[in-house]
Amino acid sequence: MKYIIAIIQPHKLSDVMGALERANIPLLTVSSVLGRGRQKGITQTYRGTREIGSLLQKVKLEIAVNEDFVGPAIEAITSSARTGEIGDGKIFVLDLKEVMRIRTGEMGSEAIG
Amino acid sequence: MNSGDTAWILISTALVFTMTIPGLAFFYGGLVRRKNVLSIFMQCFTIVAIIAIQWVIYGYSLAFGPDWGLGILGNLDWLGLKNVGGKPLADYSGTIPHTLFMLFQCMFAIITPALMIGAFAERMKFSAFIPFIILWSTLVYDPLAHWVWGAGGWMKSLGGLDFAGGIVVHASSGVSALVICLLLGKRTGYLKEPFRPHNLPYTVLGGSLLWVGWFGFNAGSALGANEIATHAFITTVIAPSAAGLTWAIIEWYKNGKPTILGTVTGALAGLVAITPACGFVNIMNSIIIGITASAICYLFVIKIKNGLGYDDSLDAFGIHGVAGIWGTIATGLFAEKAVNTAGADGLFFGGAQLIPQLIMALVAPIYAALVTFLIYKIVDAVLGLRVKEKDETIGLDLTQQGEAAYTVIE
Repeated sequence: MKYIIAIIQPHKLSDVMGALERANIPLLTVSSVLGRGRQKGITQTYRGTREIGSLLQKVKLEIAVNEDFVGPAIEAITSSARTGEIGDGKIFVLDLKEVMRIRTGEMGSEAIG
Repeated sequence: MNSGDTAWILISTALVFTMTIPGLAFFYGGLVRRKNVLSIFMQCFTIVAIIAIQWVIYGYSLAFGPDWGLGILGNLDWLGLKNVGGKPLADYSGTIPHTLFMLFQCMFAIITPALMIGAFAERMKFSAFIPFIILWSTLVYDPLAHWVWGAGGWMKSLGGLDFAGGIVVHASSGVSALVICLLLGKRTGYLKEPFRPHNLPYTVLGGSLLWVGWFGFNAGSALGANEIATHAFITTVIAPSAAGLTWAIIEWYKNGKPTILGTVTGALAGLVAITPACGFVNIMNSIIIGITASAICYLFVIKIKNGLGYDDSLDAFGIHGVAGIWGTIATGLFAEKAVNTAGADGLFFGGAQLIPQLIMALVAPIYAALVTFLIYKIVDAVLGLRVKEKDETIGLDLTQQGEAAYTVIE
């Protein structure tokens, strides 16, 4: 089992969700986050005070999948979130030790989907 | 000079001012995505500042100055407010200072271009927006105000009735807004991704402030503290109430639940439709005008817009254009001299008022659309009116204003 964390551009969320759904991976958690990568952010000015390289709005997706779905999930996210410009984001894949469905008490790969 | 009249118009002037900022700014600001809310506020605020100055330099003279001869435009006798003094001018209002009439009208000149923001929200370049607004106000608003309200204006001479600006303010801006959004194109991702209003409480706040401001807009247009002002005030309470309820009931029937956004939108349609009629129709008929305006606007905003696929982002045309034209026609149906001796009898009261109303409702929108088309083409060729797609994606707040409305952390 793997835990996939993807940081993407906010406006790409609906595209990515569509691509994941087509890859039969409809379950995910989404949060609004701030981040800074190589894009460095946009200069903002507040009453003359310049704020350079401040944090940018990003969207974080978290998806727990069985091994078979790792490849398709990464493919779905990259193909739908890529614009080719700096700021497209990153995907992190982590090992997932255990999953439990609260309602039924199921454990492991049974509980994941 | 009458001090009671003067006091009421001073207050009304301030009320109409609040319709643009904060009223319209919050109404529209809540409807856009969070990355564009400051661009809406900035556009509203900038219009206030620019048009106020345009008005005292030459706008008032073009709109209300002595007629040039054909009823099309005022001449430049009042350039820089020359010959505009504190003494009342009988042509417009014999009981308040001429300067006060000038300022009251200034507020109408301000809100009219601001209404159009709804159609081009979230995608217009700020640097090109400024010359566009100045040209539009000069070439569309000022002549139209002269036709309908100016001494010697040809629509006024024809007997056309527009109590507070159904044609001059709402139909003109609404139809121009449609032309702009057709030329500017849809927002990137329109109909593909959800464009949810980012703060509906802002929209309800702005819509409510608009309604309060509208008491100055309509009742103030009586230009005195009198029976007609009171009558206009009452219809400005009643017609939008009927219209707001109508929209909610349609939603309840169609979708199972009535929404606050729908109720506010309906009330706004009722406010627009009663604007040309508020001082000419009786109170029971104002209910009919409110109900019909809401139903017609619902049709345009929900059915026709989505059917044709144009992106009138915040429904500037669907509400202001449609209800403005309907209200102007409805005035020709429901007006009665029993309400206002300075008015006329409409079709339902045996009069012929419908004819000048139809002429106004036809000619003014055509003129506004044609001139808006030309102004758009010129400004777009010189400066480019649409932001780059990347800037649109990041949002106008950061790319046009360099500031963000909300922080996520601290």
